[in-house]
Amino acid sequence: MKTDLLVVGGGIAGITAAVEAAEVGKDVILIEREHYLGGRVVQLHRYFPKICPPTCGLEINFRRIRQNPKITVLTGAEATKIDGKPGAYTADVNVEPRYVTEACTNCGDCAEACEIEVDDNYNFGLTKAKAIRLANDNPYPNRYFIDSAAVNDPKMKALVDICPPKAIDLDMKAETVSIEAKSVIYTTGWEPYDASKLEGLNYGVLPNVVTNMMFERMTAIAVNNEAKVVRPSDGASVSKIAFVQCAGSRDRSHLPYCSAICCMASLKQTRYIRDQYPDAEIHVFFIDARTPGRWEDFYQNVQDDTKTIIHRGKVAKVDDAGDGNVTVIAENTLTGNLEKITVEMAVLATGMVPSAKTTKPLLDSKQDEFGFIWPGGVIAAGVATGPKDVAGSNQDATAAVARAMQDMVEV
Amino acid sequence: MDTKVGIYLCSGCGIKDTIDLEELKSTIDDDLNFVELAEDEMVCGDFEEKIRADVKEKELNRVIIGACSGRYFADKFNFGPDVMVDRVPLRELVAWSHDRKDFDEVMEENDWDGDEHPIHELAADYMRMSSARVENSEPPTPIDEEISKDILVVGGGVSGMSAALASAKAGYKVNLVEKDSELGGMTRHFKMVFPTEPPFEKPAEPPVAQLAAEVNGNENIKVFTSSTVAKTAGQPGQFDVTVKNGSGEESFRVGAIVQATGWTPYEPEKLADKYGYGNFQNVVTSLELEKMVSNGGVKRASDGKAPSSVAIVHCAGSRDKEHLAYCSAVCCRTALKQALYIREQLPETDVYLLYKDLRSPGVYEQFYEAVQQVEGIYLTKGEVVDVKENGNEIEVSLDDTLLGESMTISSEMLVLATGMKPTTRLEGELSDLEIDGIPDADCEKEEDSKEFPNSGTLNLQYMQGPDLPKLKYGFTDSHFICFPYETKRTGIYAAGTVRAPMDIAAARTDGYGAALKAIQVMEQADKGLAVHPRVGDASSPDFFLQRCTQCKRCTQECPFGTLDEDEKGTPKPNPMRCRRCGICMGACPERIISFSNYSPNMVSQMIKAIEIPDEDEEKRRILCFVCENDAMPALDIAAMHRKKLPATVRIIPVRCIGSINTIWIADSFSNGFDGVMLIGCQRGDDYQCHFVRGSELAQTRMKNVKEKLEQLVLEPERVRIESVEISDWQLAAGMINDFAEEIEELDQNPYKGF
Repeated sequence: MKTDLLVVGGGIAGITAAVEAAEVGKDVILIEREHYLGGRVVQLHRYFPKICPPTCGLEINFRRIRQNPKITVLTGAEATKIDGKPGAYTADVNVEPRYVTEACTNCGDCAEACEIEVDDNYNFGLTKAKAIRLANDNPYPNRYFIDSAAVNDPKMKALVDICPPKAIDLDMKAETVSIEAKSVIYTTGWEPYDASKLEGLNYGVLPNVVTNMMFERMTAIAVNNEAKVVRPSDGASVSKIAFVQCAGSRDRSHLPYCSAICCMASLKQTRYIRDQYPDAEIHVFFIDARTPGRWEDFYQNVQDDTKTIIHRGKVAKVDDAGDGNVTVIAENTLTGNLEKITVEMAVLATGMVPSAKTTKPLLDSKQDEFGFIWPGGVIAAGVATGPKDVAGSNQDATAAVARAMQDMVEV
Repeated sequence: MDTKVGIYLCSGCGIKDTIDLEELKSTIDDDLNFVELAEDEMVCGDFEEKIRADVKEKELNRVIIGACSGRYFADKFNFGPDVMVDRVPLRELVAWSHDRKDFDEVMEENDWDGDEHPIHELAADYMRMSSARVENSEPPTPIDEEISKDILVVGGGVSGMSAALASAKAGYKVNLVEKDSELGGMTRHFKMVFPTEPPFEKPAEPPVAQLAAEVNGNENIKVFTSSTVAKTAGQPGQFDVTVKNGSGEESFRVGAIVQATGWTPYEPEKLADKYGYGNFQNVVTSLELEKMVSNGGVKRASDGKAPSSVAIVHCAGSRDKEHLAYCSAVCCRTALKQALYIREQLPETDVYLLYKDLRSPGVYEQFYEAVQQVEGIYLTKGEVVDVKENGNEIEVSLDDTLLGESMTISSEMLVLATGMKPTTRLEGELSDLEIDGIPDADCEKEEDSKEFPNSGTLNLQYMQGPDLPKLKYGFTDSHFICFPYETKRTGIYAAGTVRAPMDIAAARTDGYGAALKAIQVMEQADKGLAVHPRVGDASSPDFFLQRCTQCKRCTQECPFGTLDEDEKGTPKPNPMRCRRCGICMGACPERIISFSNYSPNMVSQMIKAIEIPDEDEEKRRILCFVCENDAMPALDIAAMHRKKLPATVRIIPVRCIGSINTIWIADSFSNGFDGVMLIGCQRGDDYQCHFVRGSELAQTRMKNVKEKLEQLVLEPERVRIESVEISDWQLAAGMINDFAEEIEELDQNPYKGF
């Protein structure tokens, strides 16, 4: 396949880079590892500061993709080799089988009939997922896929005949697609920091200690079921909750940097709780509240809520308090005083780890010790270049297209 | 042109289990104009080839596909620009959202033998509506105009120079206008900038000299220094710009504009009472300190001596409702950087940093840590409550410290880390206190004043004012999280600190981003097509001006300032500014604004195409206008979840509910509809309306509609307007069901049958 631009990573930055370039008139191939576009943002319940659903902007972007023949999207796709120089790159892309062809009409008969359940990484294990499913309510592409963990289950065969357009193909094989591109943009995004490494905070030990990304899914699932967010251990409603900022961030033993968005993300999550529980007591533990620019207004509004209490200090420990409750213990770094509050549930604001830390770019790149990509090598954008919010990622992605345009200038 | 219509019905995905397709085909055969009618069990499969062959052989210019929603297989059912395709979502709006059994039972119970089945009525109406749509519209023709593909960049600071270089290196010619005698903007005054590379511990050289040299050496860039923009008129592809300087004026045409006019420091004089600026000689701003460091070193104004101690107050006049309510995002790091300067020049001088929250996002945490390690730099958290002069020293009193008690820091010099004001922010008229809570401060012309406030940065010759519309606090940022470069003036994009407070690295990136958008709008204009959010739309509004009454509604209500006026007040369209939302069409009381494929007449015909049962049948009919951006996909998702809808409802998707002309509502009632519902996007401060004000305007117009209903002695509750988020599919379906139930409670529309 020949194209002007290859975009590696189909999260919000990659989607933006692809559509912005295509709307300048460039041919674009967008590759995404998962079987759906949207990366981390599709897992979010709402964006700050407008508390608006990610699907709203994604739908517009998906429409831009659907209507624009200049964009080719490959999902389940990962680059295995990229060579060349600006103006002339070649890439090999491995496309994993989806086991459902483009004939899928999204009728849902297969999922209705499917009894096989698999682990659900999308929801961080909060639920089980059907082996054949849509990633979410509004996925791109709008077609089912089969979880590779279950494809060899003998019961899958029964589904093949159930599918009216005969779109299920259990023998589908991985294939390699060769791409020639004039420019490449890396938008490989991020992974949440592994909270189980945070000794003392007892994530993975105490069921009512969850991460901020899990809390997004918990809220989204609850709202989708027209229900309220409840405690994972016993399904109890929430009257007292704590948000623990910088869980592993600004911390030499974990992520020395600041992930820049967690303060706003947690302040936003306090609104989720307030919407559902008008009387709940909400505690937020900050080292510093980092709400730059106009975000300051959002912080001020949260502070106007009399039942949202802001505490200063780094949380050192989250202990079992019995009955599923947990005690959050924060330390005043100057005085050494400890502040203890017992709550029904604690949300850890864990930071962003660039995916490029483990999956290194295949082209020459300048990366810092944390894995973020800096200017000077491969063109990159979004959280791959540093922690940022959605608007910042899109801004960065648009700028990256302007840089990539230089690789496409005819000489 | 004569229409040649092909109608293709799909029986798959449960459609044939709900709809009696033989009966439907017979109705189509009786009622509709077509040259080909066919059915298949999977229209999205190989059957597409048959349609393609029909288009060719039977010279079809209209294709109606009664199958799934247009959000599926969009690329498949595209037969070129001359063939209008209408997708009738029989699957989502009939099959998946209605259970035939429910109606069979009701029909049996009521002994309704002989009447048409409600599902058939529904499906047949959707086919009639589609026929009315394609019979009363034409495929659009793109605008064909000569355009310029040069770019104007206003502002020669870091973001402006970056925008110019991004455009020039991509092969476009640029005119760069800078008001000062040399390039560089505010960054020219900086000795150093924040760290730019790992390990992010040391300040870096400012990029200004290198950028300026690159700009000056680039043959695609023409630089105008000591110059300002006197006048900007026109539209994307055809902006006529006049630049003036001391020696005269020069005019040229460009295709797009990047506004990178940057920031000015918050006026320190306003901080006299709180921080003693102007009252105490040894209180300076961070910008003054920056200049001091570069020009002869840090000295006290009172005695010309180097201070033995310096305190830097963060957030001086920022995050402060009395001054700048927002955070300027860079001042904390500026203070850290300046603490290093001071220690470097005056190794014995103690430096105190007094902060509320230390904000060093991302990898700049490393910079913060590095500064914390430097001997003689002391960081203290607290809220400044008082600043006093005491002999040789300035005393700063702090509350809310980490020690939990008040404290006083004395130093020989006080530096105020003041914030940024965008150059588009105007004194008084846009003060934070006055516009607090009003996100959309543009177009707020004083009632008795004929003049819009003007920052003088662009001097746009637009009916809706001379500036890019601003958000709260005067920044020209986009209100859309997902689309950060969108502005309400097509073809004009903001970059750098005029858009939002940001550091130099971000401003460089921002210049590139805005340049890309500028290039994009010209490339789209060159093809005569719309930009975001209706990208690629070739339709544009047509004005039948002979019947215009100069009421000005269209010129005032367009969210994008598309229309100007001639001396008589007749609207002057600027089609390349247009986003094709149709809000002007919704506004026009004379219904003289239309698109070839979306018009007052087309929708009126669709309404008339719906069969209203006789009064004695006691069947209600409800018309629902649904925004195609969020609410329509929400209904698609609801259908996917098999959420049920009442069979009394007929849905017409609209480009924006702001495009709904009240004539359609009047038509609906005179045709016998019992209720009319409008569903659009969220409005208000956190609006999600993709056309900014469409949802809000529809709400305003509803007030008039309700008054009209009262005049007709119709209950005002027969009309309802709702907003819904795309993710709230339950709510979307639920509000339609609720409305239908309430309409059942009312008497039938007395105008039925007239």
